[in-house]
Amino acid sequence: MAAVQETVDRVKSVDVDAYKYGFVTDIASDKAPKGLNDDTVRFISAKKNEPLWLTEWRLDAYKRWLTMREPDWAKVHYPKIDYQDLYYYSAPKSTPGPKSLDEVDPELLRVYEKLGIPLREREILLGVEGAGTRVAVDAVFDSVSVATTFKAELAKSGVIFCPISEAVHSHPELVKKYMGSVVPVTDNYFATLNSAVFSDGSFVYIPPGVRCPMELSTYFRINEQNTGQFERTLIIADKGSYVSYLEGCTAPKRDENQLHAAVVELIALDDAEIKYSTVQNWYPGDKDGKGGIYNFVTKRGDCRGARSKISWTQVETGSAITWKYPSCILRGDSSRGEFYSIAISNGRQQVDSGTKMLHLGKNTSSRVISKGIAAGRSDNTYRGQIFAHRKASGARNFTNCDSLLIGDTCGAHTVPYIEARNPSVMFEHEATTSKISEDQLFYCMQRGLSGEEATALIVNGFVRDVLQQLPMEFAVEAQKLIAVSLEGSVG
Amino acid sequence: MNKSMLEIRNLHASVGGKEILKGLTLSVKAGEVAAVMGPNGSGKSTLSYVIAGRAGYEVTQGDVLLDGESVLAMAPNERAAKGLFLAFQYPLEIPGVTTHTFLRTAMNAQRRARGEAELTTADFMKVMNAASGKLGIARDMLRRGLNVGFSGGEKKRLEVLQMALLEPRFGILDETDSGLDIDALRIVAEGVNALRTKERGFLVITHYQRLLDHIVPDSVHVLSAGRIVKSGGKELAHELEKNGYRDYVADAA
Repeated sequence: MAAVQETVDRVKSVDVDAYKYGFVTDIASDKAPKGLNDDTVRFISAKKNEPLWLTEWRLDAYKRWLTMREPDWAKVHYPKIDYQDLYYYSAPKSTPGPKSLDEVDPELLRVYEKLGIPLREREILLGVEGAGTRVAVDAVFDSVSVATTFKAELAKSGVIFCPISEAVHSHPELVKKYMGSVVPVTDNYFATLNSAVFSDGSFVYIPPGVRCPMELSTYFRINEQNTGQFERTLIIADKGSYVSYLEGCTAPKRDENQLHAAVVELIALDDAEIKYSTVQNWYPGDKDGKGGIYNFVTKRGDCRGARSKISWTQVETGSAITWKYPSCILRGDSSRGEFYSIAISNGRQQVDSGTKMLHLGKNTSSRVISKGIAAGRSDNTYRGQIFAHRKASGARNFTNCDSLLIGDTCGAHTVPYIEARNPSVMFEHEATTSKISEDQLFYCMQRGLSGEEATALIVNGFVRDVLQQLPMEFAVEAQKLIAVSLEGSVG
Repeated sequence: MNKSMLEIRNLHASVGGKEILKGLTLSVKAGEVAAVMGPNGSGKSTLSYVIAGRAGYEVTQGDVLLDGESVLAMAPNERAAKGLFLAFQYPLEIPGVTTHTFLRTAMNAQRRARGEAELTTADFMKVMNAASGKLGIARDMLRRGLNVGFSGGEKKRLEVLQMALLEPRFGILDETDSGLDIDALRIVAEGVNALRTKERGFLVITHYQRLLDHIVPDSVHVLSAGRIVKSGGKELAHELEKNGYRDYVADAA
């Protein structure tokens, strides 16, 4: 299998301290004063020229946040975050707002090039070799979107794909109607914080009956020091439409921890389908646990219409701490939710991740496939809730949750919450925990594979079901990422 | 032909601090099939693991040479690249990795280690289809996870297929007959016999004589309490079948 070979080559080509996206770019930035108060919120809102309703929406959220407590139920440990010691807004100075690609600071374009993100729309459109594939990209750098490609091309089919800060002005009725309708302002500590200070993110609207002609993608990059990133993504698939959306993220290596608290809301109306894929590769910290991103993210999809479908696929390899439960509210009758996850932890990483499938409508179905891989001294927890309302007759869920341990200093945990309030509901839960055994490694090595090649092969086999759910190019990327993340895990 | 290919000199090896091999000496020439027979607990599997380099098996004294070169400092994959192959008594399952993928990955890993070009997909398919056809291995089996849900016979046939594809200089068969019915045993033995050449040596480790009816050895060695206590021709195996290991176990004690 060529991909396995690539995985292996990749493993060999990187140093032990493998995070290759750890570079810092020196770009002058425009920041809000440190700390959080009413004025910070107003500052952000003013920077984006927001209408009054949104400023008030933010201020309400901030007021609410002050009364809330940081959640402590997840199996993660970290020193208390000083929310007054952070910057809440940072924008590259040369880029006051998104504009045409020609005007984007070449230094920024080079950053994305270095990250392997194709922003060279024109070359791609002309079919220039090596220019990249036809994926529309919204590039978010710290607190602002710096470029969105293929906007004109997408507009031909009526698809709106732009930074959310722009959508607030160009499509206020859609933003007003849907923002906060899936993740309410009061939802949880981090979502409420995000509502107060969210900076930028992507906005997608697919009109009725339209199949989005290309993959949409947002690429998040944290660059600035001591800056929180609070992006907000809103995707609406109108009746009978389809969209596949990819999200990628990286950050420089820094000794301090950085906070990332995003909110993603998906809305699928009747017969619509949203496929949301994430390859999360925030800086995980060094092998002793110094630095790295705190990834406290609220992602939720609402299958609002009948027969609608939302599918989450995630490959989580980065972040010092991950606290993330992409969920589906299965409100529409016969709607369907899916969650496919690969979560890898190494070094001192802590992952507490999983999903919630809330069955409200009749004959709703959901499927959860979670593969957790723990190596080094990391801790990897799957936490999942499957719930059926008393009116959700005929609801079905199948959950399969496998953990793989590499070495004997890591931990894997499974915490399922299953609740059915209707007698016709059928929920199935399967879980396994296994270890890459010395025997398996020896067997592979006797056939000529090195220890790392053997581990990569066994892990690739373990995550195969989920990798198959990813769009093709992402699957190859993900496979490489898995190998790099596990580097040094073979004793 | 007269030079020894695998040479084991006064080998002492321990597992978990307990000495299992206690001065084992054995030499196998190119083209020779040597059978090692012994009762349970005599150190048969330990011998195969020590030669292949499994972790946890500590060599305290002596040496193992392949073509005159000591292999003890080499990692298992380096030994494999030198041409050492071990057919496992209990082949391991690797879920999600198709047999096909595993075979190709292994072949290419060894080719790379020897500085040879990797196989193209077409070439790989050609050699694999030819070799699996000879062993009566269905295509469907090659698309399943490695050894996952395979019967005992299928697993052993797959071990022989791997040996055929990897074309080792020296093959070790560790109780390949265990768990096989007579038909499966015959197929596996034919597969091994087809690989017998003047250049290749074999060490066949077994408890029972019946495998040696099908893979006829050039020499037979009795292993007891970690040492070779008697060597002879193929007739020695028949003698053991008749009288059992009693005499040798008593000797060692």
